[in-house]
Amino acid sequence: MSTIPLFTDESWSLPSRGRVGMLSLIVGECGIFTIFVVAYIYYIGRSAYGPTPRILELPIFNTVCLLSSSLTIWLAERAIEHGAMRRFAALWALTIALGAIFLGGTAMEWHTLIFRDHLTVRTNLFGTTFYSLVGLHATHVIVGLIGLSIVMIFTLLGRVNRSHAERVQVLALYWHFVDAVWVVVFTVVYIVGR
Amino acid sequence: MADQTLPIPAPLIGEAHAASGTWLEWLHSWVVTVDHKKLGILYIVYSLFFLLVAGAEAMAIRIQLAFPHSHFVSPEAYDELFTMHGTTMIFLVGMPILFGFANYLVPLMIGARDMAFPRLNAFSFWLTAFGGLLLYFSIVGGFGLYGMGNAPDIGWFAYAPLTARAFTPGHNTDYWALALIVSGFGTLGTAINIIATTLCMRCRGMTLMRMPLFVWLLLVVSVMTLVTITPLTAAQVMLLIDRYLGGHFFDAQAGGSPMVWIHFFWIFGHPEVYVLVLPAFAIANEIIPVFARKAIFGYPAMVAASVGIGFVSMTVWAHHMFTVGMTSMGNTFFVLSTMVVGIPTGIKIFNWLATLWGGRIRFATPMLFATGFLFQFLIAGLTGIMLSVAPWDWQLHNSYFVIAHFHYVLVGAIVFCIFAAIYYWYPKATGRMLSETLGKWHFWLFLIGFHITFDTMHFVGMLGMPRSIYTYEPDRGWNTLNLIISLGGFVQGVAVLIFAWNLIYSYVRGKEAGNDPWDAWTLEWATPSPPPAYNFAIDPVVRSRRPLWDLKHPQDPDWKYER
Amino acid sequence: MCPGMADGPQSTPSIFAPASTPAHEIYGLSLFVLLITGTIFVSVAGLLTYVLIRYRSRPSDEQHEPAQVYGSVQVELAWTVIPILIVVVLFLTTARIIFAVQDAPKPKTALDVTVIGHQFWWEFRYPKLGIVTANELHIPVSTGEHPEPTYLRLLSADVDHSFWVPQLAGKTDLIPNHPNDLWMDPREPGLYLGQCAQFCGVEHAKMLLRVYVDTPEQFAAWVNDQRKPGVQDENVAAGRQIFETEACQNCHAINGTAAKGTFGPELTHLMTRATIASGAATNTPDNLRAWIKDPATFKPGALMPAMQLSDQQIDQLVAYLSTLH
Repeated sequence: MSTIPLFTDESWSLPSRGRVGMLSLIVGECGIFTIFVVAYIYYIGRSAYGPTPRILELPIFNTVCLLSSSLTIWLAERAIEHGAMRRFAALWALTIALGAIFLGGTAMEWHTLIFRDHLTVRTNLFGTTFYSLVGLHATHVIVGLIGLSIVMIFTLLGRVNRSHAERVQVLALYWHFVDAVWVVVFTVVYIVGR
Repeated sequence: MADQTLPIPAPLIGEAHAASGTWLEWLHSWVVTVDHKKLGILYIVYSLFFLLVAGAEAMAIRIQLAFPHSHFVSPEAYDELFTMHGTTMIFLVGMPILFGFANYLVPLMIGARDMAFPRLNAFSFWLTAFGGLLLYFSIVGGFGLYGMGNAPDIGWFAYAPLTARAFTPGHNTDYWALALIVSGFGTLGTAINIIATTLCMRCRGMTLMRMPLFVWLLLVVSVMTLVTITPLTAAQVMLLIDRYLGGHFFDAQAGGSPMVWIHFFWIFGHPEVYVLVLPAFAIANEIIPVFARKAIFGYPAMVAASVGIGFVSMTVWAHHMFTVGMTSMGNTFFVLSTMVVGIPTGIKIFNWLATLWGGRIRFATPMLFATGFLFQFLIAGLTGIMLSVAPWDWQLHNSYFVIAHFHYVLVGAIVFCIFAAIYYWYPKATGRMLSETLGKWHFWLFLIGFHITFDTMHFVGMLGMPRSIYTYEPDRGWNTLNLIISLGGFVQGVAVLIFAWNLIYSYVRGKEAGNDPWDAWTLEWATPSPPPAYNFAIDPVVRSRRPLWDLKHPQDPDWKYER
Repeated sequence: MCPGMADGPQSTPSIFAPASTPAHEIYGLSLFVLLITGTIFVSVAGLLTYVLIRYRSRPSDEQHEPAQVYGSVQVELAWTVIPILIVVVLFLTTARIIFAVQDAPKPKTALDVTVIGHQFWWEFRYPKLGIVTANELHIPVSTGEHPEPTYLRLLSADVDHSFWVPQLAGKTDLIPNHPNDLWMDPREPGLYLGQCAQFCGVEHAKMLLRVYVDTPEQFAAWVNDQRKPGVQDENVAAGRQIFETEACQNCHAINGTAAKGTFGPELTHLMTRATIASGAATNTPDNLRAWIKDPATFKPGALMPAMQLSDQQIDQLVAYLSTLH
């Protein structure tokens, strides 16, 4: 290959593989969510019997928590870029806390639905589609929280520094996605479908 | 070319030959490998194994159908055979073998040393492999609570509500869904990897519009995979929710609709056809120019046509559903979107024709298979147009005509291209040429067998024979035709055995290949055969679409003409 | 199509032998599409063959490479326009037939039949005539002077099926919770064969269809016959006794008896049908006996169980069933 003329004048830059990889994963995830959302919308009002979406209460507090965690993680990304590790750790922990509150809120909502309203996956079509769509999103929150916690542990051990900014941002991209999907799920389940 | 590669540093040579040792060390080196070339070969060997398995299933099907009212297999076994044949060929042969070629070739062609995520790559392969084993484990483990069935017997399309617990009480349907979910995640990982590799790992000078068409098409395929495999995964998760948690997604009694499954399945199922056929085009795009001794005609048009096919293929799924009772407007829309696919496809065929025009065509075995591909793909495209004509499809749908059409695509186009690719790149991967004599026997027998079988299938379909039936009535006028179809199947079987023998024989006795046996132009031919683990001793730099052409013709390089 | 003709006397359900308007419309369209695709095939394959022969490498060739051509925008445009024009023509022709067949106005004289798909047999209900029968559909011929097309409402009791009698109309699926419609107006009396065209389980292959197209007189006679209550012959009371006390009546109905089951085919006029087991066997006493003894003889996987009756019981039962004209 040495005989191929070299071109040092051409500037050569390629996108980050972490970002491209994560964005591809997000595109794929969108495929899964689209199918569940379409199924939910298609089956609105088609349950032959049993409870209807009227029993749902708007999870405003939950939603505020989850959406603001997108802001805190963005601030954390800025912090690690500037090497402000203490600020990063604090914001990162806050993000995890907000995510955990959201998850706890979902758990309480489900507890009420199951024991007060007797709505389970088997009850009717609404139960099936509701638990699978909201559950699919909650699964993604759990996966995100596991990822965030791993970074948190390494941060507390002092192993994370400015050079990891890009990796952290790639993970944050996933968290932003999880938040963005909630906007769709919230709109479909609690506003359109109710 | 040998004199033009750089001397390899001694420590690296040591690493490249680390595989020689006890057989246990050899096995270990394959199991733990993260090298894209080894993983590519693993994918291909895995798929070839399942090709033989699914081929044997097809033989059993053809023995059963050779005569009316035959009792070679029971109805239950027949249903399992055609379900496993379809599922295996699509998910355990078609996808893995094409991703195997992508794994092996994409980094080499773009001058990279490995994929973007080598460990994800290994993980994806083993997931896919586990999925295949899980599917076949159903034969042992699918003997469910009610003693019903063994292997899945619901058709590869698995239409609800036949998949509901009420109609398939055993565990075989669960194995089907789980195995495909698992291998689907493997496929997703590989697709992500290929996208990241092509976008982020290109060598200096390898701009997007200088990438070999093979890489371009695999990029398109990978993006399509992201949005086609995931709907199937989602639908199968719904199926499992129905079966295990008592959900009602496809339960007509509770207000659910089997139509939802049909839509979701084909939202996956149709783009899937293009996910399989675009890599076949990719192979033809590499082989046809090299054997015609000309640059590909209309490179930008080929790229645009591929991207166009990718987009349009997302909007055509319901042409599998002309008989489910859509409105006349719905049917009309899907007729139009389906016919539109014919336009970029036509452009591709014309570009291949123009590439051959004025060339100096060498008919070595890879080119023979590529030629077969061109003719058969033309016919497959035209029968596709016939099926897109919704009223005619009301007759042809689910008949043997459809079987003939998609085997023309899957065998006549894709399998022919896969054979071409194996004859073309085997020397690169092993350092030895495949036998041309055996190759020509393989080609001609396979070609003849293929046409005996699948040409005839069109007619038996038009005479009213539906698919998925384990036997047929002797008074319908299908007897002779079915016997002919079965005989053709056996000719193909013999051809595949010759091919398998060629693979083994040439590995030991084949002619030494050298680095560049076909006098080709893409970067993989600049490496030794087989390439070392690091691929390129020095990162290559390219200035055109055909770096080795530039190298071989310094007075007349491509980059002077390309824009 | 010719090789299939060597099989002796038969009735091939070919799509190229249409006997009803929808099938005829499709037939005409298919000839047009065949003409266009055939022309494309001959020209492109001819060109390809020419190129492969004309530009093959010859031993006498000089060793340097042929001239390199990279592409041409004009040429690309030219061969993009041609397929677009062909697509426009094909699309417009197809759309016309879709609307002509799917949205054809339903005349007042039309006969309504409800078709219900079961694993693995067909139930036919004539709501206006009060007839319920199975597996063999009788419809009147529809002539120019007396148009009497048949409109089928397609339902399913369990899984997806598909109603396909190629000579009468294209196939349409029977999907639970998704009623479909299909119409046909056969011009010639006769027997038209078809079968289920959507995989529906083990015995999908033996879910055969027989459509009898009757002359108006024949049809009126058949209707008259079917509306009579079941024949009750005291000579075969023992068989009737078995029918009503063993599990037969759980699934089958016979008018005028206690048997009201709906899970299996209605049997009031069983002897007016030429076949049993949805076309899997001809309707003879021997076949009936074998079928009742063990349905797996003809249809392994059929949902009717072997009732473990003694030979004497089966004889009595068959004697009873043989009176159901």
